[in-house]
Amino acid sequence: MEPLLLPPIPDYHRIEVYEAHDGYAMLKKALAMKPVEITNEVKASKLRGRGGACFPTGLKWSFMPRESAKPKYLCVNGDESEPGTFKDRQIFECNPHQLIEGTIIACYAMGIKAAYLYVRGEYKHWIDIVQKAVDDAYAHGYIGQNILGSGFSTEFTVHRGAGAYICGEESSLMNSVEGERGYPRVKPPFPAQNGLWGCPTTINNVETIANIPVILRIGAVAYSKIGAERHPGPILVGVSGHVNKPGVYEMPTGVPLLEIINTYAGGVPGNKKIKAVIPGGSSTMVLRGDALDGVCMDAESLKAAGSAVGTAGVIVMDEDTDLVKVLWRIARFYHHESCGQCTPCREGTGWMEKILKRFVDNNGSYADIDLLRDVANNIEGNTICALGDAAAWPVQSVIRTFRGEFERRVRG
Amino acid sequence: MNTSENNTGLSEANLRRIEQLKAHYQNPQSVLLEALWMWQGEHGWISEEGMRYVANLVGAPHHHVLGVVTFYTMFNRKPVGRHKLEVCTNVSCMLRNSERLLNHLEARLQIKTGETTPDNRFTLVEAECLGSCGTAPAMQVGDRYYENLDTAKVDKILDELK
Repeated sequence: MEPLLLPPIPDYHRIEVYEAHDGYAMLKKALAMKPVEITNEVKASKLRGRGGACFPTGLKWSFMPRESAKPKYLCVNGDESEPGTFKDRQIFECNPHQLIEGTIIACYAMGIKAAYLYVRGEYKHWIDIVQKAVDDAYAHGYIGQNILGSGFSTEFTVHRGAGAYICGEESSLMNSVEGERGYPRVKPPFPAQNGLWGCPTTINNVETIANIPVILRIGAVAYSKIGAERHPGPILVGVSGHVNKPGVYEMPTGVPLLEIINTYAGGVPGNKKIKAVIPGGSSTMVLRGDALDGVCMDAESLKAAGSAVGTAGVIVMDEDTDLVKVLWRIARFYHHESCGQCTPCREGTGWMEKILKRFVDNNGSYADIDLLRDVANNIEGNTICALGDAAAWPVQSVIRTFRGEFERRVRG
Repeated sequence: MNTSENNTGLSEANLRRIEQLKAHYQNPQSVLLEALWMWQGEHGWISEEGMRYVANLVGAPHHHVLGVVTFYTMFNRKPVGRHKLEVCTNVSCMLRNSERLLNHLEARLQIKTGETTPDNRFTLVEAECLGSCGTAPAMQVGDRYYENLDTAKVDKILDELK
């Protein structure tokens, strides 16, 4: 597949280079279409969000009211804080104009006059790259008043976070843009009715938005035929951990996980066996290394395997990995990042961390295994946002598939 | 860290930028994070005085600013060394031996994680996932990322950070 999100063109992040390769041609094309035609095209492409939830993008756009007395907003989610995920960073660095072009097309499709790109605070270097691209796009008339003489106007603001995983959750992100603590909001109401400042809002992931110009260029039908039938398109897969060539690889959805690990990422150092794989960032269920045959990198295949595609952050662990310690580190992360609003998550994540530490220190008990599972089960589904579930799932899956790892660590 | 000519506020350039940014949002409170970033950039950390100044600047109550500063981990609520070393120890870095880096830094700087060297040159902390999983292990120093690290590289970096 020809790379559609990260073309290997030198200096593609520069506006002149992007323009020389038909950059912003899809914005011109879009501005000549009716807004609803664009949303229909995105629906027909079967694009599903690349931020973790795999929600159909065109459907999400169609939830926005056509007419609204209040202004409408777009938030582009570049918080990218899910452990194991480092793909949006590649878009910021190598292809910021495609992200900007997709953003303006999305704004036009939904009648939005202001877009906010939320980027995690740590990514200052990449914020500077994107800000330069935004400034250039303003100067070339692709953002701002009366874009390319179409009569359509929209503004674009880069908003820097300040260190909070939870701000990748869409309602926390909106609170953060509003200058609040990043607390998730109770849903309903959903953002399309009551989002930023109480106005209709759509939140899309950076990679999702970068796909929009691709859909207009190759057409929805051709796009829908790339990769897996029910979750099509190009996808950026980040491979990390015990592989010879870690990195972000663009591929069609549906590539076998073992091919990603062994071919794209060069296999496991020392030809060691794979003990476990986290397929989609730390919030997804852990898969056993000996159960990867036939598992592919798309939403349906990973769901059938008992996990999820998440943010496509594949973390590979070889046979010598201390999985209990890895799980403890993940639990510590969720404890640290819990916003504290919901008791099951605020307290439960800390309890899980403490129990897991006992196993790390070879000081757990058989009752602790059940207690750990019990705590995880009581977090799952009992919180405002999905962070609670994300904290529970890795724990539940490791207890289910690697119980022996815990039993070996029970104090003698 | 930059040192402001104005010890009690923000530079003229930053104040102008804040006023420009307010026009990008429905509510001026949205510039709060950016204003705090500016304060931290000029003063190194966010003091009580800084919070009161920023509260006044963006038109938010002081208790709101305190709530925000204590929520976001990148805001320093006490003075830090000239170089804050933030070593990622999350899973992808852990699998590529970030623990050895952290131990090496503790030994070389003769401080524990969370502490600052007596000469005020370095503060050492653990970071959550920096998004450097493909170039692990990694650490952040100020706005800059250092990646694919080993102990030799870390030594060289420390020598360069005066």
